[in-house]
Amino acid sequence: MSTAAEVNIDQDVHHDEHHDYEQSFISKYIFTTDHKMIGKQFLITGIMWGLIGVGMSVIFRLQLGFPEMDLGWLRPLLGGWISEQGKLDPEFYLALVTMHGTIMVFFVLTAGLSGTFSNYLIPLQIGARDMASGFMNMLSYWFFFLSSVVMMASIFIETGPAAGGWVVYPPLSALPQAIQGSGLGMTLWLVAMVFFIVSMLLGGINYITTVINLRTEGMSFSRLPLTIWAFFLTAVIGLLSFPVLFAAALLLVFDRSFGTSFYLSDIYIGGEALPNMGGSPILYQHLFWFLGHPEVYIVLLPALGITSEVIATNSRKPIFGYKAMIGSMLGITVLSFVVWAHHMFVSGLNPFLGSVFMFLTLIIAIPSAVKVFNYLTTLWKGNIIFTPATLFSIGLVSFFISGGLTGIFLGNSVIDIQLHDTYFVVAHFHLVMGSLSIFGLLAGVYHWFPKMFGRMMDEKLGHIHFWMTFIGVYMIFFPMHYIGIAGFPRRYYSWTNFDAFSSYTDLNMFVSVAAFVTVAAQFIFLFNFFYSMYRGKRAPQNPWRSNTLEWTAPIEPGHGNWPGEIPKVYRWPYDYSKPGAKEDFIPQHIPLSHTPESNLDHEVELAKKEVVDKTANAQSNA
Amino acid sequence: MFNLAIGLGVVLLLAILFLIFRISSLISVAKGNTNKIATSSNKINGALFMLFLIGGGFLFFWYSIKEFDNYNLPVASEHGSEYEFMFWITMAVTGVVFVLTQILLFYFSWKYQYKEDSKALFYPENNKLEVVWTFVPAVVLAILVFTGWRVWTDITAPAPENTNNIEIMGYQFAWGVRYPGLDGELGNSDYREIDATNNFGIDFNDKAAYDDFIPREMHIPKGEPVTFNIRARDVLHSVFAPHFRLKMDAVPGMPTTFTFTATKTTEEMREELNDPEFNYEIACTEICGRGHYSMKLTLIVDEPKEYREWYAEQESFLKRNPEYLTKVPNDLKEVALLKTGIDNKELD
Repeated sequence: MSTAAEVNIDQDVHHDEHHDYEQSFISKYIFTTDHKMIGKQFLITGIMWGLIGVGMSVIFRLQLGFPEMDLGWLRPLLGGWISEQGKLDPEFYLALVTMHGTIMVFFVLTAGLSGTFSNYLIPLQIGARDMASGFMNMLSYWFFFLSSVVMMASIFIETGPAAGGWVVYPPLSALPQAIQGSGLGMTLWLVAMVFFIVSMLLGGINYITTVINLRTEGMSFSRLPLTIWAFFLTAVIGLLSFPVLFAAALLLVFDRSFGTSFYLSDIYIGGEALPNMGGSPILYQHLFWFLGHPEVYIVLLPALGITSEVIATNSRKPIFGYKAMIGSMLGITVLSFVVWAHHMFVSGLNPFLGSVFMFLTLIIAIPSAVKVFNYLTTLWKGNIIFTPATLFSIGLVSFFISGGLTGIFLGNSVIDIQLHDTYFVVAHFHLVMGSLSIFGLLAGVYHWFPKMFGRMMDEKLGHIHFWMTFIGVYMIFFPMHYIGIAGFPRRYYSWTNFDAFSSYTDLNMFVSVAAFVTVAAQFIFLFNFFYSMYRGKRAPQNPWRSNTLEWTAPIEPGHGNWPGEIPKVYRWPYDYSKPGAKEDFIPQHIPLSHTPESNLDHEVELAKKEVVDKTANAQSNA
Repeated sequence: MFNLAIGLGVVLLLAILFLIFRISSLISVAKGNTNKIATSSNKINGALFMLFLIGGGFLFFWYSIKEFDNYNLPVASEHGSEYEFMFWITMAVTGVVFVLTQILLFYFSWKYQYKEDSKALFYPENNKLEVVWTFVPAVVLAILVFTGWRVWTDITAPAPENTNNIEIMGYQFAWGVRYPGLDGELGNSDYREIDATNNFGIDFNDKAAYDDFIPREMHIPKGEPVTFNIRARDVLHSVFAPHFRLKMDAVPGMPTTFTFTATKTTEEMREELNDPEFNYEIACTEICGRGHYSMKLTLIVDEPKEYREWYAEQESFLKRNPEYLTKVPNDLKEVALLKTGIDNKELD
């Protein structure tokens, strides 16, 4: 007994201190350093931002689907942005589009997805008591919160929020003369993004450090669940690319406020020639997309990681090609840094560079294809249980195919000439980046809700939510491909000025209606989420009969996650339906030596070595 | 009152929905569904996937075929047909993959849904398969990249000597067009020279600028190479001429170009589409502010002969605005008068 205590003290002195005292409300729920609570904070904030971001899309879909409609009834909400005639202000339309993009990409899909699940799952799945630095983790959330406050404030100012598109290309974003939103709104946008980047970097450093250093005994990199691999690589991408966005934003601040000319040159606006010369707007585009493209994978990889875990668990099969999955994620990580200029094929980029980036861009389709094939093979001959999380994961794979394939069009510089900045692009990235990541987020929430809140979400409501959302998303974004091939440009307030784009009013109306129905369906989820949090059925220890470590922790884990020793890990996380095993799953903490009936040839050898460990363990427990 | 009624209705509806939800969850507890690994809804979900596959697949093919002429704009430029070739090759390749993988995804989901007596196959890896499906997409993509690269170098090749240079300038919120005049050379411009009349900031120190003209309508010849010299004077814009499969950003401080050859005159296109109102249009595709959606420029494609006639009729900017002669340096005054075709008499 005394040996055990000593071992414990050596390893866990720091964490065990937290165990026994009552935490005050503030230190438990607000300035908490517990990774689980921080994860929930990110989740709730993300959901709230999601509502705002999606709400904005409802307003501009009203404009696009029903351009003749009298929007006077929105005046109590939008005030002067609705004209006397009940028309949406065109500049506010652009502001809505801009803020919708910013909010969804950064605040929902980056902070809400990777912030939630990296925080929540990394320590639980690798067997750690908490993040490497709980304090930095807390700072990460509160910087995000600060950023949220500033961004939120910008929506309510008189000149409106930033309105230059979510990419905020200068000179438009640099010149308040060019558009109202480039005044105070843009300043607040930049300030908010700076805080946001700080938050992401603090979080990212923590995730990386934790995964490298705090894995429990036996949890080698080749035994990590794919979720953790995904979060880890996401953090690496973020750490390398967000500082570049910081630089881009900083130079923009200088151009806006201190008279420099990094991005500005030869400009005549508002009746006067500006003194700026020698700058290049293309420089900003390079810097922005050096983050902007990896950002796509920052929101994609966590969703794919969650899907890998959910699909394997619920088809009761090991994920097919575990090593190939890791390899393809590594490939995506590296390649994500060398494809950025495919957003700039028609920006005036040297055509030779265009060829290079076309080549690199299409290479990235290969690891993506491998992932799809591996998901398909994982489902093949499975024994699939359609929990809501499974449904969302299957839907995600469907989006990955649909949206990924249209990427092959856009990555080809020739085809991009016509399709660039049309609705084809809108359709493409909303499927592969937007909807896919949202589905990853929803799958994650449905799957880990029992761990987070100790209760189950209602399954039937989950199913209804899935089918309305899945069909809805396709009804919204699939028609946009046709509109895009027909050449309809994006960020247009209305198309009636052009004969070429005057058709498809019916299809646009259809898209808008589909969008409203899909948005309405999200309230089913919200009800389910909050209702189940308090009134849901109590969760069993391991509701999905899953292999990963988080399900060995108490149903409602306290600070420190495991009350006693941290479990050790003896196998990879995907021993589902192993031949010879009694159950169709063998959790990671079950030693190979306990399952001689199902061990594979090479595991028999490993099991022999393991015995040494076990005796040591047994002695200390005695 | 009406609003109140709607509000009450909504509340009532929500209450009913909530009741249904409560009752159904109580029933499922009573039935003992909650302790099963997979409930009866598992079958329904599996079936719905097949239904979705069939229904969605039908809609996809039906709509794609029915609407073909609506979303597939007619092509009016030489490289446009190369673009179409590339587009439809890619569509064929990705289309096959799309249909196959979606079928597999939903079919597997339905076929391998949970059955109490069956067990999943423990099948963690197969290196041969992995190699095959890494290698096959790699080869297919290599072919697409190579074809794309050849078309791309073709389209972006430097303009031929005999090209018709035309300047397009984007500003909030319209396009300006300037032609090089009879000497075929666009004069310099400087953004500091811009004023209310001299929209382009034409620099009158440059001889080539004197015969430049700024027409009311934009014309280009059919069958001859045309080079758009594109620039912007305030924020980013982007020249997009959908029928020519042409797009290039207009960047302040960095002129860009796009060279193409039109293959159908406006008249021919009107006949082809049976639409006497048809006109080629140029739109802006880079967000540029409040009027982004209204930056339209109509473009007329003429037979070369008509084009030359129209071209010869145009008066130079300097002739229309003789007050700018004062900006011409003294030693070049003679040249300016000669090139613009202004009589000395007219000046007096």
